[in-house]
Amino acid sequence: MNNLWLALEGAWQVLVAGLLLGAGLPAVFALGVRALSHGVGADVDATDHRPHPAAKAAAYLCFAIVILAILLGIATIVSSGLGMKLVFNGLLPSMVSK
Amino acid sequence: MPPELVVLCLVVVTALAFDFTNGFHDTGNAMATSIATGALKPKVAVGLSAILNLVGAFLSVEVALTVTNAVVNIQDSTGAPRAELVADGGQALLLIVLAGLVGAILWNLLTWLLGLPSSSSHALFGGLIGAAMAGLGPAGVKWVGDGTKLDGVVGKVILPALISPAIAIVVSAVGTWLIYAITRNVAAKYRDTGFRWGQIGSASLVSLAHGTNDAQKTMGVITLALIATGSWTQLHQVPFWVKLCCASAIALGTYIGGWRIIRTLGKGLVEISSPQGMAAESSSAAVILASSHLGFALSTTHVATGSIMGSGIGKRGAKVNWRVAGRMLVAWAITLPAAAAVGALTWWIGHSIGGLIGPIVIFIILVVMSGAMYLRSRTKPIDHNNVNDEWVEGVTNRTLPEPATAGGRKAHR
Repeated sequence: MNNLWLALEGAWQVLVAGLLLGAGLPAVFALGVRALSHGVGADVDATDHRPHPAAKAAAYLCFAIVILAILLGIATIVSSGLGMKLVFNGLLPSMVSK
Repeated sequence: MPPELVVLCLVVVTALAFDFTNGFHDTGNAMATSIATGALKPKVAVGLSAILNLVGAFLSVEVALTVTNAVVNIQDSTGAPRAELVADGGQALLLIVLAGLVGAILWNLLTWLLGLPSSSSHALFGGLIGAAMAGLGPAGVKWVGDGTKLDGVVGKVILPALISPAIAIVVSAVGTWLIYAITRNVAAKYRDTGFRWGQIGSASLVSLAHGTNDAQKTMGVITLALIATGSWTQLHQVPFWVKLCCASAIALGTYIGGWRIIRTLGKGLVEISSPQGMAAESSSAAVILASSHLGFALSTTHVATGSIMGSGIGKRGAKVNWRVAGRMLVAWAITLPAAAAVGALTWWIGHSIGGLIGPIVIFIILVVMSGAMYLRSRTKPIDHNNVNDEWVEGVTNRTLPEPATAGGRKAHR
């Protein structure tokens, strides 16, 4: 029965991390797309529409957050492949051996 | 050439063949959504995925030589093969590994023929479990581990297989719902280009993670065989040629593309749009990375399929084709026992004939049956030309797409 308990514990952590990264980041990305489209709706012809500079800045901020998260994801893959672990000192990520 | 070297060569070739089927069986996990929505042309998608699998395979520097330890007792905890199995120059161990690989390959090919995305790691573990049970009795299989961590067939294979698709469905459904809620009133031009790139990025991440996770399983198996015959002695390193061959085999398999499975995942399960595709692949990437970070073993296939289903649940008006989903669930449930049965039978045949001829005979059986399944697939081929054709089971209430986007066929001629 211990296996079941351990599995549920692991599953719970994966679910939380999955929701934050797997659903949260796409939502941030979607906010960026929405910012670009500021001022025009889905039912309006948007061919000549240019994003408002402020909206554009907000959109790029959203995309930057997502790209940063993807880079951290790649860093996680690489570090576990090298037998290391990704840890955060304050905000700066660094690799340490396991 | 001494007989154990002949058998070792057969094991290496069969392991690489398994790695190849692993590649094409799982192309769809990462790329089916991008191909179905037209974000990437089919050939470009499999090419990108192949390169990322190759890179990913090389990134796994620290290979788990203890890969079989999760399910069977043929190695000790340091990765060295058990002494009684290598007493005869490693023949006993090689036969178990060879039979296990044959079981895994045959099951992978059969599910591919039927277009079912089943788990390659389950097939590998199933084959090894069957061969170990036949060769060593029930004690040859590690069923539950010692209870201090998730281990054994139950902890590393069965429980994750039940739990991980559920997690993926929830994450992907929530992601899809959020994306549609946020971008409901967004102009089409931003929506299309934005999510197209989002989809390509998230799918690439899944490909990379797949390369690091799956290629090293085969590397571990080949190195185990080398150690068993005394051709390699280090327990913490894999010979470079093994790494190179495994990385190439999985990349080549990915590039060949399991078009039947890509079609089922991209067209058969849910009628998918770019925002859904991005939500599904992000969910897959996040769940796979989070669980490998936390040491929770799972199958890429189960996660990817769960995510695609979730993207159908999270979008209002979208429908999941539950008939296809049901067939897949059945395939998942029987993958482990079926591969185990083939593995056990193969071991029995090889052992009954014995000597050098036994392994050669089971290798020939593998070649003949694989060839038969390949020929069978040619009677109704599915490739990059018709992978996106309309799915015939008319239960998803979908409307026919515009002719220009009706499939790769027109775009590709």
